[in-house]
Amino acid sequence: MLETIDTSLIDWSRAQFALTAMYHWLFVPLTLGLGVVQAVMETIYYKTGDDFWKKTAQFWMKLFGINFAIGVATGLILEFEFGTNWSNYSWFVGDIFGAPLAIEGILAFFMEATFIAVMFFGWDKVSKKFHLASTWLTILGATISAYWILVANAWMQYPVGMEFNPDTVRNEMMDFFAVAFSPVAINKFFHSVLSGWVLGAIFVMGVSSWYLLKKRSTRFALASIKIGAIFGLVASLLILWTGDGSAYNVAQKQPMKLAAMEGLYEGKEGAGLSVIGMLNPSKKSYDDGKDPFIFNIQMPKLLSFLAERDLKAFVPGITDLIEGGYTAHNGEVALSAQEKIHRGQTAIKALADYKTAKKEKNEVKANQALATLNANFDYFGYGYIRDVNELVPNVALTFYSFRVMVLLGGFFILLFIIALVWERKGKFEQAKWLQYVSLWTIPLGYIAGQAGWIVAEVGRQPWAIQDILPVSASISKLETSSVQLTFFLFLALFTILLIAEIGIMLKAIRKGPEDNGQLKVES
Amino acid sequence: METYHLLQYYWWFLISLLGALLVFLLFVQGGQSLITTLGKSELKQKMLLNSTGRKWEFTFTTLVTFGGAFFASFPLFYSTSFGGAYWVWILILLCFVIQAVSYEYQAKKGNLLGKKTYQAFLMINGIGAPILLGTAVGTFFNGAEFLVNKEQLTDIAMPVISTWANPWHGLEAVLVVWNVCLGVALFFLARVLALLYFINNIDDEEIYTLSRKRLLPETILFLVFFLAFLLHTLLSEGFAVNPETKEVFMQPYKYFINLIEMPAVLAVLLIGVVAVLFGIGKTIYTKGWKKGIWFTGFGTVLTVLALLLCAGWNNTAYYPSVADLQSSLTIENSSSSLFTLKTMSYVSILIPFVLAYIFYAWRSLDLRKINSEEMENNEHTY
Repeated sequence: MLETIDTSLIDWSRAQFALTAMYHWLFVPLTLGLGVVQAVMETIYYKTGDDFWKKTAQFWMKLFGINFAIGVATGLILEFEFGTNWSNYSWFVGDIFGAPLAIEGILAFFMEATFIAVMFFGWDKVSKKFHLASTWLTILGATISAYWILVANAWMQYPVGMEFNPDTVRNEMMDFFAVAFSPVAINKFFHSVLSGWVLGAIFVMGVSSWYLLKKRSTRFALASIKIGAIFGLVASLLILWTGDGSAYNVAQKQPMKLAAMEGLYEGKEGAGLSVIGMLNPSKKSYDDGKDPFIFNIQMPKLLSFLAERDLKAFVPGITDLIEGGYTAHNGEVALSAQEKIHRGQTAIKALADYKTAKKEKNEVKANQALATLNANFDYFGYGYIRDVNELVPNVALTFYSFRVMVLLGGFFILLFIIALVWERKGKFEQAKWLQYVSLWTIPLGYIAGQAGWIVAEVGRQPWAIQDILPVSASISKLETSSVQLTFFLFLALFTILLIAEIGIMLKAIRKGPEDNGQLKVES
Repeated sequence: METYHLLQYYWWFLISLLGALLVFLLFVQGGQSLITTLGKSELKQKMLLNSTGRKWEFTFTTLVTFGGAFFASFPLFYSTSFGGAYWVWILILLCFVIQAVSYEYQAKKGNLLGKKTYQAFLMINGIGAPILLGTAVGTFFNGAEFLVNKEQLTDIAMPVISTWANPWHGLEAVLVVWNVCLGVALFFLARVLALLYFINNIDDEEIYTLSRKRLLPETILFLVFFLAFLLHTLLSEGFAVNPETKEVFMQPYKYFINLIEMPAVLAVLLIGVVAVLFGIGKTIYTKGWKKGIWFTGFGTVLTVLALLLCAGWNNTAYYPSVADLQSSLTIENSSSSLFTLKTMSYVSILIPFVLAYIFYAWRSLDLRKINSEEMENNEHTY
């Protein structure tokens, strides 16, 4: 009997991974951002010897610890899910993908785990200097860890530095530095870490504003807001720059994702950037002739400029990418999706022929098959695609998520500027509206981060590895019911732990910094 | 020996070392399973909890790094075992997830589930993690039921290379008594290590006396299960690889022969066993001697290292398939490429540096032992 992969297995495997990744990204950015804030505060304590700063840093550390524990828990599941749910992927690219994960463990996790213990328990046991170093090393470990996992993620979006080995039936690393320092990896690292810094700043400002609203711990709150606003403004301005780099990379390496981000079906020269728009929900396919938008307000030519650094450049739409025929970046006429699928199938068949010829010890046939495989390998993954519509990601989700991320990013910059100005003029303490806005911006910080990852991950579907391996060929052969069961198990567990985390966090905030030690931090 | 082969040996050594360190660090789990046994009051329980609570992240991180390093060096194991023995690994992961939050959350207000639930989580982790990990490692010697066919990738309808040969996806490992035997041995070893660790780490007469008293029965139970597993493994057939044809076949006394043919590994095993017994024995017989954890811990690392080297080195299939012998994984057929192993080896040069700062930070924290005064006065306790 012919075996096939159940499509529901693919969907549930994706759902489980998405669930874990989204929960993980609820906790990681706060670790990255709050970690730097508390390290800055401890540095001020180290320099000034003022106990106020020690207690201030300790309070934020307490919240950091509550958040950190659950981030570690979800991270563990995420790492092992590459094996448990994406076993084919793990072999096909494990030679490249495994290395960053191992380096992350050896270089980053141990640094984090070792020094976080000193940070929490070493206040009275080690010197001030060693303690400060430990706090910085904890956050450095977390940031290095982010670097390596983002190298791995970036490689999936832009696979470089490898070669396919038909004997081992996998991709093998040929250039470590190309993988570790690819432009996509570098940009992704800064963009993601900076988004963590922004969230950390928003969190500090929001929580501090709550104290001002309650007229508690005023000195603590204003000092924290000052640091938060400066830190947040710097991070959010830098994120503008990395965001631009990110869009450029997507345009160059993943044009289908860019087209989905913009709801761009028909490519054009001098394409405009959609600022705000509403997609037509009745549009079901790229070729159904329906208008993609109910309304769409654009900034003329800006998309061409962002994508190609040229106001007049051609930006391909979804239809162009499926039907081909336009001039691609390399100057050649782009293939249609059908042609790519055909070449992918040719590559897969050539691999089968190569293996058969090797078994028969027929070197001539093996070399012919290998030549065919190499000539078509760039489209290997397309061979597993059954229908061209599979190549179009969820446009609505990608389009709206992108707008949510960008608009919130703009709002954050504005908020940080206002907060800084009001703080400088000594008006923040009286500005209740600003305190409320700061407080209610905390959930928006999380939403912006989640939206960013939805753009990155939903927008690249159906690929696990761009053009090389679709998700349908990456999975583990399990019963769908098993994955459904673990999905709901993780959903329940993560949700319960999240509620517990929020509960503990709220109690700790209510208790306040003044109960954190003998020193009163009231003004 | 050619470079590629040498690197495969080297990386199997590193994986074995990480596995051995992980087993040593399971003293955290052992300690969690002993909290109610040794802690006769809330204060004593708090002392025990804080003692292991300052080390749990090392165990956790070693597990994560073990996974990452296995992925990087032997990706076919990662894809075959994790994707196949799905339920065993999911259960192990769940055991560790509930541990990760429990230390931090158990004594905090607003924790939703209540202190007792989190302490129950620690107990589940304390019992479940060593038994499940031991059972999973038992399959390195007793085999698992999987098939590997790399050509499957060319089947567009079903391109999955590694498949499990039964619907139990790893749960069937508990039906092999010797797998469970190793799991139970690991559980008692973790408790023995925990007792020695508490003796060293906590400055409290009652905990010291109770820990010392408990040491002998736990050691006897550990030895019964461990020696049964060891003797069975050394005396039964093992999964050998023909170095010429790469064919996997059953060879009588394979693991015993491995020890004889690799006298250095045999020496490591013997030194390890002696160190384990010395640390325990001297703690039992010499009142006031508190350094047992270092000897028994060091001995544990050596013993586990030797056993894992025995499973992978000297033409042995380290992850044998009893469903299809030729699908078995060896360090040759499952490793990363020469380039990746070489690159990773450069990174591994940093491992001694990592171990050095862990040692330094550990020592800095442990110079002052945990006592009741610290528990009552310090804000930063669990």
